[in-house]
This record gives sequence, structure tokens and C-alpha cells, in this order.
Amino acid sequence: MSEIEITDVAMRFRSRHGDVTALERISLTVPDGQFACIVGPSGCGKSTLLMVAAGLITPTEGEVLVNGKPTVEPGADRGMVFQSYSLYPWLSVRRNIEFGPEIKKIPPAERRKTSSELIHLMKLDGFADAYPKVLSGGMKQRAAIARALAGDPEVLLMDEPFGALDAQTRQIMQELLTDIWQRYRKTVLFVTHDIEEAIFLGDVIYVMTSRPGRIRTTLVVDLPRPRTFDTLAGARFAELRNQVVGVIHEESLKAVESELARA
Amino acid sequence: MSRVRAAEVAPAPSAVGPRRRQGFIRTYLTPKQAIPGQARLILAVGSFVFVVGVWWLLASLVQNALFVPSPYQVVVTWWDMMVNLGFYNDVGWSAFRIVAGFLLAAAAAVPLGLLMGSFEAVRSFFNPPINAIRYMPASAFIPLLILLQGLGEDEKITIIWIGVFFQLVLMVMDIAHRVPDEMLNVAYTLGASRWTVFYKVFLPATFPEVVDALRITMGWAWTYLIVAELVAAEHGIGSFILIAERYLRADRIIAAIITIGVLGLITDTLFAIAHRLAFPYVEKVRA
Repeated sequence: MSEIEITDVAMRFRSRHGDVTALERISLTVPDGQFACIVGPSGCGKSTLLMVAAGLITPTEGEVLVNGKPTVEPGADRGMVFQSYSLYPWLSVRRNIEFGPEIKKIPPAERRKTSSELIHLMKLDGFADAYPKVLSGGMKQRAAIARALAGDPEVLLMDEPFGALDAQTRQIMQELLTDIWQRYRKTVLFVTHDIEEAIFLGDVIYVMTSRPGRIRTTLVVDLPRPRTFDTLAGARFAELRNQVVGVIHEESLKAVESELARA
Repeated sequence: MSRVRAAEVAPAPSAVGPRRRQGFIRTYLTPKQAIPGQARLILAVGSFVFVVGVWWLLASLVQNALFVPSPYQVVVTWWDMMVNLGFYNDVGWSAFRIVAGFLLAAAAAVPLGLLMGSFEAVRSFFNPPINAIRYMPASAFIPLLILLQGLGEDEKITIIWIGVFFQLVLMVMDIAHRVPDEMLNVAYTLGASRWTVFYKVFLPATFPEVVDALRITMGWAWTYLIVAELVAAEHGIGSFILIAERYLRADRIIAAIITIGVLGLITDTLFAIAHRLAFPYVEKVRA
């Protein structure tokens, strides 16, 4: 059982132009083994929510429970993948992946077994001893995901992990990620601004709006698994996409109107 | 260089995109365009030949060996200085002062800079005075230090220390401050403690740039040393230059200055080699 329970999380910052509400009382639960996506425009606070779940920042109000434990500090039970390639340039791909197990003092032989398996799974064969500088963007991010999985976290928090990749690479990475998820069945909270990505990957989608950040709609994605490239061409996929686009469009219009009203 | 190579091996006829145009003007007068490696080498050697050539021309035009000696004369003088005047001794003294002053400055500046870059409390405390002292020229401290310390080695070393420390500490602070948050956050989410993050992520993340900063400040150390030796010293390249001036020996002054230049070049090259050996993973942006 690895459940993420977000209860009434609010985040307010004090800025020069007065108080800014980044998140306004967000509550959601990701049950064990679910792939949950949060979609929203940039600046809606979705990354902030993820940082709170990771325990990297403390919310103004509310709390996040993972397995019933409040996430007041970051820990190995919540692996995180960031958008920017956060691989350690001074470590080989293998040593990067073994970083988590090494901290946990797992014996070298076992560490090596884990990393070899993940290197193969993430299609990084032949690059185990390479430094990150020779890897392409997609490979770097595969290594970063492998590193997060090697720590054997209970939940995986992903902050726009494919945001910096080109469209073709992103598609390949999404397919790879569904395969991996199918295999490990981790509880995932995945943040993205890409609607199609969220539909392709998620069991459920939370559509967020900005200023203040709140959840506008929750959408259950009933597309069958395993999902493949063909899923994208299906009628149901298009239907779901239109639904989400509609909600976001409505919200954007509202935002423009409220801006005009203030002006 | 790699771009040119790629263009050379590319199957030009079958390429769909526009072929890269050739020609002297397009190759050499397009901003930021790579030039052939051979041309780079020729230009690099040519610049040395040019400088020496101009010097030679000037010397033969002036025809006054007292004030404008020819390159050949300077080489002869340099040999004479080494064999008959014990110039190597002065070089040794200067090198000793540089190394001692520089090491003492680095030993203080690097740890403090790293702490200032990572802890806001340390930065808030040290930054204002260090930033202020940075603007005070190290050479202005020489008379004061002579009063306090006399004319010995400690005075020279202190000058270098002042000149290097205050610059280096701020450079290192900046390097430490630029370590991406994500790098540290990833380690936290893999279960690392603060201490582990510090020595396994933060420190290694700063190393290559710290060595770069050391390399740059090492060059400045020479300036401060020579000034200190010019003001008052018994040995050293600076004092040798001062004596040469009294005897109207421009050739010796030039030979001594070139010696400093060569020593600087050697140190710089050693730093560059050490950097490449120690940090093979750093992405090099080819200049």
C-alpha cells in the first residue's frame, strides 16, 4: 500500500505586490498503484504541489500523507524526477543510477544487479560507463528515471520530466514510461502541461487552473491498458482530449475576462 | 572544427538541405564560423612570429641597443643572467613567494567561499566587508605591511594573500551559489542526509569551476608579487628588474618580464592539463 493523500494544501507567498496564493486548498488522493496526472498551465502551482509532496517545501496550510506519514521532509520513499536533467555530471550513468542504493548502504553486488537491470530496461545498454555529457536529452531523462526507480521508492513524483524533449522523443519516452509503470506498478503523481501526455499516461487527470491554483475538474481516463502508439489514434482518446481542452479553454477565457475586469 | 569535418564528410550531392557554401570570405568572415584546424595553427604561430618581427624591425630602426635591444640580444642577455648573475635564484624566490601566498589564500578562500555560497547566514556576515576590501588595491597595502611586518618574506606573502583571497572568495561563493537546486533536491529524494548532499553532491558539483577560478587568480598573484618586489626586496624577479633599471639595462628588464610571462604560461598549461585529467566529464565549449 502506497497511497498519496493531499489534504487541504494551500500555499501563499508574500511578494512585493501583496500576497500571492499559489495553491488554494487542494485535496486529492492517489490510491496505491495509480498513475495520476496533474495538467495545468504554467504558473498554476502544479510543480509547487509536487514539491510539497516530496517534502522539499512546507505548505502554508494542510498536509500530504504518503502511506499515512506526513511528508515534512524529503525521503527515499518518494522518488522524484525533474524536468531539467539533474544527473550528476561527474558520475557515470551506472554510478548515477546507483546513487540511491549507495546511500542506503546496499551491498555493491546487489547495487550492480539493480543498475544493470534498469540500464537494460531503460534502453541505455552500452552507456553504463559513459558520462552524462555524451547522452542525448532523451537518454539523460531515461537515466534520471532509472535513478529514481533504483532508490525503490513507494511513490514516484514526476515534474514535467519530458518537458524539455522534442515531440518525437517525448512520444517514445511516454511509451517507455507506460511499459515501465505496467511492470513496477508504482503510485505515480505526474505533472505536465501537455494534455495528450496526461491522457496517454494517466488513470486519472486533475485539471488545474491558475491564480489561485485549484483543481477545476477530475477526469477518469478509461482507455484500456497496455496503451500503445495506437491508443493515440482511437476515438476515445480524441473525445477525452476535447473534453480537457474544453475545460481549459473555458478557464482561460475566464482568466482573460477577470484580467479585463481588473484593468 | 567538428562542424567543418561534418561538412566535409557529408554526401553533398544527395543532401536535400542547402549545401554549405565555400569560399574565403564565407569561411573566414562569417561571425562564429569555425575555420580549418590547419588555419588555426598557422594563425597561432603567425601571431608570435608577427610580434617578434615587429620588435626586430623596431630595434633595427631605432638602432639603440641600450633602450630597444633586439630579440636576439635579449636571448643572449637572458642566458648571461642565468649563468653569471644567478637569475634562477631570483626566479626561485619569486616562485616560492607565489606558491606560498597563493596556497595560503586558496586554503582560506575556497572553504569560506563554499560556505558563503551555500549558507545565507555566512554570506550575509562576510559578504559586505569582503566586497568592500576587494576594491582596495592590494598594492596600496604594501607600505602599511612594511611598517607592520618589515621587508621579509611574510610581507610579500601577505600582499599576495590580500590580492588573491578577496577576489577568489567571491568567485568561489558565486560558483557555489550557482549549483542547481535540482541536483541537491534529487539527492534528498533519494534519501540523502544534509551532510551526504553536501559532500557527495554539492562539493563535487563545484570542483571544476573552483579549479578554473584558481587558475585565473594565479595569474593575478604574479602582478601583486612583482609590485611588492619592486617596492622593496632583496631577491626576486621584481628586485632584479629594479636593479637592472638603475644600471640602464633594458635588455635585462625585458628578459625578466618575458621570463614571468613564460612562467605564467607554464602554470596555466599545468592547470589546464590537471583540469582535463581530473574532470574528464566536464562539457567543454570549444573556444
